[in-house]
Amino acid sequence: MSVGKIFKFHNDLDTDQIIASQYLLLPNIDEMKVHTFESLDPEFPNKVKPGDYVVGGENFGCGSSREQAPSVLKALGVQAVIARSFARIFYRNAINIGLPVIVCKDLPGAVETGDEMDLSLREGVAKAKGETFSCTRLPEYMQQILGQGGLIASLNKEE
Amino acid sequence: MGMTIAEKIIALAAGVPEVKPGDIHTVNLDRMMTNDGTTHLTVDMYYNEIKNPHIADTKKMVFIVDHNVPSDSPKTAASQKKMRDFAKAHQIDFWEGQGVCHQIMMEHYVCPGELIFGADSHTCTYGALGAFGTGVGCTDLLYGMVTGTSWVLVPETVKFNLTGQLPEGVYPRDLMLTIIGEIGANGCNYQVMEFCGDGAEAMSINDRMVLCNLAVEAGAKSAVFAADEKALEYIKARGREPKAMFASDRDAVYAREYTFDLAKIQPVAARPDFVDDVVPAKEVCGVRIDEAFLGSCNNGRIDELRVGAALLKGRKVAGHVRFLVVPASQAVYLQALEEGLITTFMESGAIVMNPNCSVCWGSCQGVIGENEVLISTGTRNFKGRAGHPSSKVYLGSAATVTASAVKGEICTADMLCCN
Repeated sequence: MSVGKIFKFHNDLDTDQIIASQYLLLPNIDEMKVHTFESLDPEFPNKVKPGDYVVGGENFGCGSSREQAPSVLKALGVQAVIARSFARIFYRNAINIGLPVIVCKDLPGAVETGDEMDLSLREGVAKAKGETFSCTRLPEYMQQILGQGGLIASLNKEE
Repeated sequence: MGMTIAEKIIALAAGVPEVKPGDIHTVNLDRMMTNDGTTHLTVDMYYNEIKNPHIADTKKMVFIVDHNVPSDSPKTAASQKKMRDFAKAHQIDFWEGQGVCHQIMMEHYVCPGELIFGADSHTCTYGALGAFGTGVGCTDLLYGMVTGTSWVLVPETVKFNLTGQLPEGVYPRDLMLTIIGEIGANGCNYQVMEFCGDGAEAMSINDRMVLCNLAVEAGAKSAVFAADEKALEYIKARGREPKAMFASDRDAVYAREYTFDLAKIQPVAARPDFVDDVVPAKEVCGVRIDEAFLGSCNNGRIDELRVGAALLKGRKVAGHVRFLVVPASQAVYLQALEEGLITTFMESGAIVMNPNCSVCWGSCQGVIGENEVLISTGTRNFKGRAGHPSSKVYLGSAATVTASAVKGEICTADMLCCN
């Protein structure tokens, strides 16, 4: 992982805000990704750069099971999502598509949009504002899926 | 150690005698449902990303077009065609325009004791029949389709003891919104909500569906009632047999327990933009509305249409309000026709639409514009959920929604009676 800029969002951030229903039946993720976070910050897809991070509070990614939500973030180059806690379907979807999702209790309250952060998945720490924050490690089973690049990559390896 | 219903279903699907919360098991999936919200992506991944594309058992698969139906644009039509063509090519059961996916699943497929994945968050509805339904994304669905299996982290179960009876004019939807308001949008994150007690036992399958369906709005992985005579009667009337009839053991372990006295529940509303921002409906009375919606997988069945029609009889929808009435399935629609409910809705000025997700998911029918206000029996009221980001959605029962449609502003049914 490497240094990237933070885009911070509120508690109970639901997947409708990440990508609204009206775009879900577009043909592919590339056509959808330009609408990411449209209701909250229409300029997000232009501002975010590959390697940047999304930071949330409690219950990040609640609501709809739309896998398009983690998929558009990944397609825009978001390196990882860090939150105090995640809603379970988003969490599982993100791991399945190979987007790291990290639980970190203290970091979200200490940073703002625009701050820089450095994340080490291997060491389970995030560095921002001159501080080091420890993150909860993924269960080994999920780490393996993530490590192989997602569930389909791991399936192709099995077969 | 005793097991809960959810643990028993997972153990059976995993082929092991016992499971406990925190374990990860590989399970055989009994059934998988996917709808037009994501299936075009699943199909693309199947053809383009799977090394050895095949389907473990086509009989386990159900494809349902219900979200944007009939199609609203050429791009939607293309995505749905992809899904339709795939189902045909692989002899997969395919439904289009026949109803909201969970209603179709309940009417035609779900059996007690089954473990079902659905590429839709409200798959938790199936617990009304003593099944374990959980929402997944399209990659999980695809993996399940190819292998017939998946991995499940065994969740803890939270017990909701329901006692007594709801007062007249108060509905299971008021109860479930009250519960969510109390425990919060992540109150049961990663957990299963199990409903029991005399209040739960007395509930119809319809009412049980209302409770289980909204469990995901409290973050739950699933929700479940014990499979009892009512569940058996429901499936037998539709020509199905149970996989297993489970109740929790006396010594089953719960993460937490809550008790709700149903007699104390009152009509409530969830305020924009969070399902857990629940207040007594009286507190939001007077808010002017532009649209009202009676429908959805939560609240579009015959019971709710009866409540709405009974209130509307002899009354008119307010001049400035669009009142959308959307039966949850063709079966519900036909029954409503037979009972004369559709005539009542139409004579009162409501717009009766074909079964589908409609404005509950804010992409197709009845989408609301800038700063408009909707009161809805749908599942969610997130920011922009029903259309423009500045629009607002209130959630209430069929009675509150219908009364509001008549008055043109939010009001409860008893206030309508006094006018």
